[in-house]
Amino acid sequence: MSVTVPILILALPLFMFIFIGLLGKKMSHMLAGVLGTLGMGTVLVLSYATAFDYFFSGNPLFINEAGERLQHIVFDQTWLQFTDSLVIKLGFFLDPISAMMLVVITTISFMVHLYSLGYMRDHHGVFEKGFQRFYAFLSLFSFSMLGLVVATNIFQMYIFWELVGASSYLLIGFYYTKPSAVSASKKAFIVTRFADLGFLIGILTLSYYTGTFNFTDFTSSAVAGLADTFRVDLATPEAVLSGFRASAAPMFMGASVLTWALVLIFMGGMGKSAMLPLHIWLPDAMEGPTPVSALIHAATMVVAGVYLVARLFPLYLMESAALDIIVIVGALTALYAAMVACAQVDIKRVLAFSTISQIAFMMVSLGVARPDFHEGLGYMASMFHLFTHAMFKALLFLGAGALIHAIGSNDYTEMHGLRKYMPVTHWTFLIGCLAIAGIIPFSGFFSKDEILSAAGGYSMWVYIWMSFVAFLTAFYMFRLYYLIFWWKEHKVREGHHAPHDQPWTMSLPLIILSVVTCVAGFIPFGNLVSWNGEPYDFMAHFDWSVATVSLIVAVLAIALATVMYRKENPLPAKMKRALPALWDWCHHRFYWDELYIFITHKIIFGCICRPLAWFDRHIIDGTMDAFASVTNKASGAIAPLQSGQIQMYVWIYLLGAVLLGGVTILCLI
Amino acid sequence: MEITAIYYLIPALVMFCCGLYGFVTRRNMIAMLISLELMLNAVDMNFVIFNRFLFPEQMEGMMFTLFAIAIAAAETAVAIAIIINIYRSTHSVDVRELNKMKF
Repeated sequence: MSVTVPILILALPLFMFIFIGLLGKKMSHMLAGVLGTLGMGTVLVLSYATAFDYFFSGNPLFINEAGERLQHIVFDQTWLQFTDSLVIKLGFFLDPISAMMLVVITTISFMVHLYSLGYMRDHHGVFEKGFQRFYAFLSLFSFSMLGLVVATNIFQMYIFWELVGASSYLLIGFYYTKPSAVSASKKAFIVTRFADLGFLIGILTLSYYTGTFNFTDFTSSAVAGLADTFRVDLATPEAVLSGFRASAAPMFMGASVLTWALVLIFMGGMGKSAMLPLHIWLPDAMEGPTPVSALIHAATMVVAGVYLVARLFPLYLMESAALDIIVIVGALTALYAAMVACAQVDIKRVLAFSTISQIAFMMVSLGVARPDFHEGLGYMASMFHLFTHAMFKALLFLGAGALIHAIGSNDYTEMHGLRKYMPVTHWTFLIGCLAIAGIIPFSGFFSKDEILSAAGGYSMWVYIWMSFVAFLTAFYMFRLYYLIFWWKEHKVREGHHAPHDQPWTMSLPLIILSVVTCVAGFIPFGNLVSWNGEPYDFMAHFDWSVATVSLIVAVLAIALATVMYRKENPLPAKMKRALPALWDWCHHRFYWDELYIFITHKIIFGCICRPLAWFDRHIIDGTMDAFASVTNKASGAIAPLQSGQIQMYVWIYLLGAVLLGGVTILCLI
Repeated sequence: MEITAIYYLIPALVMFCCGLYGFVTRRNMIAMLISLELMLNAVDMNFVIFNRFLFPEQMEGMMFTLFAIAIAAAETAVAIAIIINIYRSTHSVDVRELNKMKF
């Protein structure tokens, strides 16, 4: 396979970033936007070609005679060489999940580029301030995200991981004159940086004991084949574990170093993927422009954590403890976010919590994946859900963007009854809601059903738990849907000021994504992506009982939402009054932000920082100040000796001479 | 009565002390300059006296004295010039008022 196309996939967005970033001010708004969109369109075509080549060409580099998909390194260039063994490389890695991610990222990114041409201007067609900057940052983000998914080694992944964090920071704070946007961008950056600290320590631990950064060493088919039976014994001849064995399988605080490394790496994923308790940045990140929320905080960057775990999955398989932690964190987050989403007013917040909940679904799915149950169904289900979720959640966010653009507010209380005014948005949004609720035949049904099957194979409790979360998901999405498009009719906005559908640049992405959402469920995903590269017969494992149950759950939830929210009625208010505590906790997101404020301000600032500041100001500064003031006082005391009175000098000179003479005479005697 | 060195040294000492006294007590810079000359001359006398009484066959002391007289003349000229300039700018030759060069 030639290296031109892969290099172009990475180089083109980077070039667009530099080009638009440097020359954006010199060109017109439209030109910058169109250039960015065309650049992304080219990357889209190239990525589709690459993914198609990988999946369907039958090239022996990508698939062997047995039909197993292989991992292929297109190129791997030494980038930093510290010592002979410590080498950091940059490369392009192709395997099922990276090829899939190429498709997801470029599709969503292109849609967002196109959509922003309409979104980032007001109703009179005047472009927003910083329009070119916006496109430059979008290109930077696309570059970073593409670099992240095609990383050949964990260090390259870390570099691009930080780059997506930085571009996310820049885009959340795009409206930098708004204090809330500035603080949201800082919050996102600091929280994810804190998580990345764990990631970095995990990387260093892992690579110290294995002596390698490369994914192929962690996940080569040899390792994967030997890990066929779950619970690989530490004593089996494993390529990766040999490194750990050589260092006598060191233990630290009762857990093996491998567990520690994997949990720390997962911590990085928790930060990026907004898992409890590091989720607090994602709802605030909605301060950014809505297309950015669709691209970064719904479809691509936030699934980086899932992607990371999937990438290192063969390693995680060796430590079931780490996978169990992932299941617990994921399940708690899923329920938490779903409950909070039921009580939010801001439509973007609802979608943000829904995103957190859905990513938690993917995490749980990865955590429950075991080779001894349906040949690692959970892994495939997780990646499938990642794919379908990216599409329908981007659709929902772009729809929400259209609503916000038309109404000028984020709250559903300002909307209500919009279905007649904005038919395109209405229908596409409905498709997105049906997909996320898991109604057949929309894509969400298939992926969510597989996740639930995989959860059932792991533990009945996790299955019931996740089914309840699925119920809540359908409920809050349709609550949102009804409150935006139904509830009560508008009487005020008429004629010219009536809300209306958007220009074609905004409608087209909505329509394309809704079409994708309708058909994506029928992609034979198992044939393309599975945990060990072997084709996975999806229909053979399709569990109709699970599917029926989840369908019934979803329909029940939608029915409940219909009863409560279709027409204006006192039922929701009654429920709110009946369970005031529950409502308060959900509405205030279980007071996590307040808890963080308490911990940081009262405990960290109050008990640690303030004494430290006092020590710094009084002891360290005090010592320095004492030196200075003693010197100053001493010089002040002797300065009057130099009075400028010449005769005084003579007197002092004489006195000295007499004294010296006296001493000399005394000595001589 | 034999005239010994002490008969010359004591007037020189008196002269030197007068000069010193004048130098530290007079406020007028011209007077201080005169006192300075007095001290210089006392020192010159000492040179001559010690040369005459200790090494009568040599002339170094005499030569030093001649040098010192010449240099003192030049130095007085410089000092007078400085004093005149100070007077021009401050209209005073009082040394107590000349205290600009301090810390």
